[in-house]
Formats: sequence, C-alpha cells, structure tokens
Amino acid sequence: MAQMNMIQAIRSALDVVMDKDPNIVILGEDVGYFGGVFRCTDGLQRKFGEHRVIDAPIAEGGIIGTAIGMGVNGLRPVAEIQFADYIYPGFDQVVSELARLRYRTAGDLTSPVTIRTPCGGGIRGGQTHSQSPEGIFTHISGIKTVMPSNPYDAKGLLISSIESDDPIIFFEPKRIYNGPFDGDPDKAAVSWASHPKGEVPGGYYTVPLGKADIVEPGDDLTIITYGTLVHVAQAAAKLTGFDAEIIDVRTLAPLDVSTLTDSVNKTGRCLIAHEATRFSGYGAELAATIQEHCFWNLEAPIERVAGWDTPYPHAFEWQYFPGQKRIAAGIRKVMEAG
Amino acid sequence: MSTRSRLHIPHPSARPGDTPDFSYLELSPAGAVDKPPIDVRVRDIDHLSHGLVRVLDDEHKAVGPWNPNFEARELQVALRWIMLTRIFDERMQQIQRQGRISFYIQSLGEEAISIAQGMALRPGDMCFPHYRNQGLYLYRGCKLVDLMCQCLSNTRDMCKGRQMPIMYHSKDANMFSISGNLGTQYPHAVGWAMASAIKGEDHIAASWVGDGSTAEADFHHAVTFAAVYQAPVILNIINNQWAISTFQGFAGGERRPFAARGLGLGIPGIRVDGNDLLAVYAVTVWAADRARRGGGPTIIEHVTYRGAAHSTSDDPTKYRPKDEWDAFPLGDPLLRLKNHLISEGHWSEKQHAALEKELRADVLNAWKEAQKSGTMTEGPYLDPATMFDDVYAETPEHLEIQRKQMLALED
Ligand SMILES: Cc1ncc(C[n+]2csc(CCOP(=O)(O)OP(=O)(O)O)c2C)c(N)n1
Repeated sequence: MAQMNMIQAIRSALDVVMDKDPNIVILGEDVGYFGGVFRCTDGLQRKFGEHRVIDAPIAEGGIIGTAIGMGVNGLRPVAEIQFADYIYPGFDQVVSELARLRYRTAGDLTSPVTIRTPCGGGIRGGQTHSQSPEGIFTHISGIKTVMPSNPYDAKGLLISSIESDDPIIFFEPKRIYNGPFDGDPDKAAVSWASHPKGEVPGGYYTVPLGKADIVEPGDDLTIITYGTLVHVAQAAAKLTGFDAEIIDVRTLAPLDVSTLTDSVNKTGRCLIAHEATRFSGYGAELAATIQEHCFWNLEAPIERVAGWDTPYPHAFEWQYFPGQKRIAAGIRKVMEAG
Repeated sequence: MSTRSRLHIPHPSARPGDTPDFSYLELSPAGAVDKPPIDVRVRDIDHLSHGLVRVLDDEHKAVGPWNPNFEARELQVALRWIMLTRIFDERMQQIQRQGRISFYIQSLGEEAISIAQGMALRPGDMCFPHYRNQGLYLYRGCKLVDLMCQCLSNTRDMCKGRQMPIMYHSKDANMFSISGNLGTQYPHAVGWAMASAIKGEDHIAASWVGDGSTAEADFHHAVTFAAVYQAPVILNIINNQWAISTFQGFAGGERRPFAARGLGLGIPGIRVDGNDLLAVYAVTVWAADRARRGGGPTIIEHVTYRGAAHSTSDDPTKYRPKDEWDAFPLGDPLLRLKNHLISEGHWSEKQHAALEKELRADVLNAWKEAQKSGTMTEGPYLDPATMFDDVYAETPEHLEIQRKQMLALED
C-alpha cells in the first residue's frame, strides 16, 4: 500500500491499465508532454510514448469525436476534458453518438470511451471552472456516470470505467484532488495522508461500478451524497450530533438503488446533498427513487441541499457552496419533522 | 514515402533545456509585402496570408507601402498606452502573487495588437475580445480602477462579483464580455456584424482568439457564416506561438499560416508582425475599410509571442525554454516602438523614464482607489443577496426563496 492523493491515484490507475492493455490511449489538452494542468497524466507520455498519450488540439468536440472513432477501431480511449465546464463543445458527440452507438447498431458497433474531467467548485474558479454538470449526463441513456470521493475509489473506479465496454463520464471533484475537504475554507488544508482512503494499492484492483458505499453507518437518518460533499456531510452530521448513515453514491448512473433504499427504510429519514444546482438536478432523481421505494417507511419529507440555481459566482463561492451550515440545517430539518 | 500510414505528432522546435529556435517562422523583410487596393479580387491576394506585413525595419525606420505615416505625437500616445498596459499587468500580477486577487493573465509581449487595433477601430465598432486584450479595454475608455475592481470582485465590480478576474466587459466602450470558454466570442462577432449590415449601419465588429483556440468548432462556425454572408467583421488570430503547453502546431499551424484559414471560403487573410504597432494599425485600417464598404470579412493573423506564463496558474519553464522570448525574431513591441521614436528623434531615454514613472504612479493610485471599494479580505463587501439577481430578467419565485434561505444562514 502507498499513500496517494487523488491525482496520484488517478495517474496510477492509468499507468496500471496501460501496462496491461496496449490498446488504451489517452488524449486531451496538455495531457502529453506537460502531463495535464492538474498533473493527472504526468510522466505517462514519457513511459508509453506519443502514440498512446496524445496532446490534442483545443477542441472538445474533436477530442470526444475522434476518441469515439478510435474506440470503434479497437482502441480503448481515455479522453481528458480539462475542466467539466469545457465539455459542452463536445456535448453533441456525447449525447448523439457516444451514448447511442451501441443501441442504434444493435450492438454491432461500440466504442468504450472513458471521459475524465475535473468538476466542482471551491477553488475560486468562478462560473467557468466550478461547474458540476453530472445531472446533465445522468439524464442520457447509454453512458454511465461516475464520481469518486477519495483516492482509493478514484483508482479502483477509474480502472473499472476504462475496462468497461460502456462509455463512461468520470467526474473528478478537483477540490479534493489534494486532500479531503470538510467545507470549511478557513481551515488549513488537510492531506490525504491522514485519511484511510488515502491508502492505495500500487497495483491493479477495481472498485465495481454501480455500487454505492456506506461511508458511515448510522440510525437517525440517511444522507445520500457523492464527491466533495461526502466529506462536508460527515462534518455537518458531527456538528448536529445526529447519528447519520452517510452513503457515497459513487456511480450515479446506473444507480445502486438497494443500498440507498435499504438504508432509508431502516432510518426513515433522508437528506440528499449535492453541489450542482438544485432544480432538475440529480438529487431530484434520488428523491423520486427514495419516495418510490421507501414512502411507507418515511417519517419526514425528503430534504435536498444543493447549489443555488444560479451560475457559480466568483465572489460568493462560500455562500454558494452547500457547506456544513447548510447541510447541518438540512439534517435538523429532517430530524425535527414528523 | 513510407509503405504504410503513419501518425504525425507535432513537435515544438524547442523544449526546456534546448536552444530556442524560431527558424520555422517565415519572415518577410519590412516593407516587402505589397498593399493592394481594398476592392482587390480576393483570389489575387492569397499571398498576403503567407507573407508578413512589417513596417518597422531592423534600423527602427518605418518603411514600405503599409507605413501609416503617423505624426510623432500619435506614436508617443500609442507608446504610452502600451506602457500603461504593461505596467498595469505587472502590478496585477504582483497583486495576485500577494494573494490579493484570485487569478490573473498578463498580455506581456502582445500589447501592441490591442493598442494598434484600438487606434484603427471606431468607437461605434463592437469588439469581442479574448482574455489577453486588456490594452483594448484601456484604450477604449475603461478606467484602470474599474478593471482592478473587477479583478477584486468588489463593490465597484462591473460583474458584481460573478466572474473571475480579467473577465471584463464594458457596454459603454462597446467591449463584449470575456468568456472562460474559448472561442465562443467569434460567432458572436459575426452575428453582431450581420446585424449591423441588416440595420444598414456602417459599424463593424472585430474579434480575437488565440492560435490554440482556432481549433474550436466555434471558430469554424464563425468563419463560415462570415464568408457566406460577407459580414463586416475583422477576425483576428493572435498567434503567440503557445496555447498552454502545446505550441501552435497543435492547432494546425505547421504547414499553412493561420491567416490562410479562410482562403478556402474566400476570406482574405493577412499575416502581420504583431509586435509592430504600425503594421498592425495599417492592416486593421485596410480590413476595416473593406468591411465598411461591403467588402466582407478579413482574417488577420498577428505573429507574436506570449512573453509571460499562460496565467498565474501556470509555470512555462516546464514546457518551453526559459529564454525563448529573448530569441523571438520579432522582439518586444514596446521596445520596437520606443526605439523607432528615439531613432526619429522624437523620444529619449529620459522622457521614457519620466513617462514610466508617471504611469507607475497612475497605476498605483488606481490600485489605492480600487481598494477603497473592497478587497478579498477587507470591506466594503458586495451583498451576497445580489447573487440571485440577473439570472433572469425578473427573479422567479424559487430564486427568491433561495435568496431568503441563504440570508437566513448568513446571520
Ligand atoms: C472550451 C475551453 N477549453 C479549454 C479551456 C482551457 N484553456 C484555457 S486557455 C487555454 C489555452 C488557449 O490558448 P490560445 O488560444 O493559444 O490563447 P493564448 O492563451 O495563447 O493567448 C486552454 C486550453 C477553456 N478555457 N475553454
């Protein structure tokens, strides 16, 4: 086992699978010689050569479109989109092509592309370096949407994603690249070294897609969340003193329904938290699912805490970010109801 | 030729540790490129996309058919704007390093483009800039203090704290809003120009992108629409040799200059020495006259060099030689203009030093003034409740509810 932050874990995943499978190629802006603006592919071009770690023109539609073509021709491309905010020029290729190729050809033609992209706020990135667009992608049939919350899962899930025959959108919450973040921007940064999930095997292993993780067992209420907010929710629950069961969804689509509903059927109370905007957000899908499966066991209305329905404002990053206070208020509301 | 296909991976001429090598840049001597009349047939000027329009020669003289024959006074003013832009950048970079703004992007080495084009365009023309056009904002009337307040996200910020530093806009100065997403402004400029023609006005539009951003689909949409409708627009490509870590070859600049991007669609392209204020001014006036008189769009490629890091988040020594700018054959636009004025007897080191001192004081005073409207650590602060304004023309109920929820948690 080694200590890794999330960047190192992602790099290690790429390294391990590329060693194993010569058909895996990486392409993206600044990923080659430079190793990526967040350093996730650092050293990989030196090791695997310029035909397997490919610097791309600044054209997200081109990156995703050509990755699809490479995939059809037998390669297993891992495309990096520098920021999730810049995935939109490639959106048509994701929605109309990547997600639908298998279906429209009755399985004859497929392309196992994985798209990696850093998402989320908390780095003073303003509205074009902070977005969480996962809900837009979970809405599309034919692609799987993944978001890890720690180095161990990041590596294991990324390996599973790359080896999956389905196309995957793999979101990396950039705020927790270097350490877990409990939502308090005034606290000194913590590194992954002090976190159990910062222990990462150096070799091959997988974390299965489609399986949520119970991060903390508890009896009072269930908090369903993912990405950076897993850590914020843990801190918020502590703040309130309630015994929360905290679930990290990890694979947003397809969803591990039973882990979520078993928990809510047990606790009878449910809070859903995500950083993305609230209206028509992924939380709405979670709430509907819980309502369908747990209605008769619910003791309080399901509560959602999410980003406000505005773009991410540079100056008001911490008023926008659903931090400890907001999640704690949500927990209290769920606990006091009914 | 080989017997099988192969993949070409573009390689820059030098990486860290190598000797800088600009032998790939095709240069024309100053004065060598002809200046056609603006009603020339487009197909007769393909060569302008491959040559390099230059006015200032190695002896600092202004020569050739593109010489705009400026009065000394006009050039002194131009120099002043270039110097102001550079000093402003220097100060803002320093302020970011002190942690007092979150981010900054300098335009070091590219200042002449913004200033020359500011001089060549009219106030009624609309500019759709990219993030290295701060000189254009200044030239077109935005105050230093207002740009600084935007970077501070303070109570005087034109964006009300909603944008990262440097993403200015100014309706009064006819300067569009800078987007974080590359190249999106290009089709906007074409649409604005089309509207101007639809309305029968003679205002034109101009837009700017970096060499790297020409790869984006929006660039190609813009060029196609501009060509089809012969929109009165100037489409500028700032070829500063580097995107972030990838050189201009990764945007397809290896075999044909960027100025030739529109030739297949019948858009003339002019390649110009972007570090030569006189040359940039002259080609811009040429393109603007054409556009205003129904001649349609022009693509201008400005050959220049990104003298500083990509942004404050970047360390260029990781991907290019440290001393590359020193070896750049087109030099430093500020020094070239200064040396021209000196060689003509219209400027002196003493005047230069005095002006520099004056401008530094102006920038410092603007910074003092800007801080009065708040910094990241000291008030006055913007009211967070304003975060919910301007999402829509009228704030819908769900946002009013969220505004109340947010305020309830604030106190
Ligand atoms: C759509 C989009 N993709 C990627 C980025 C990230 N990015 C910001 S600047 C940049 C390089 C742009 O290079 P160039 O167009 O040459 O302009 P320069 O910075 O050299 O002036 C990249 C890749 C972005 N801002 N928007």
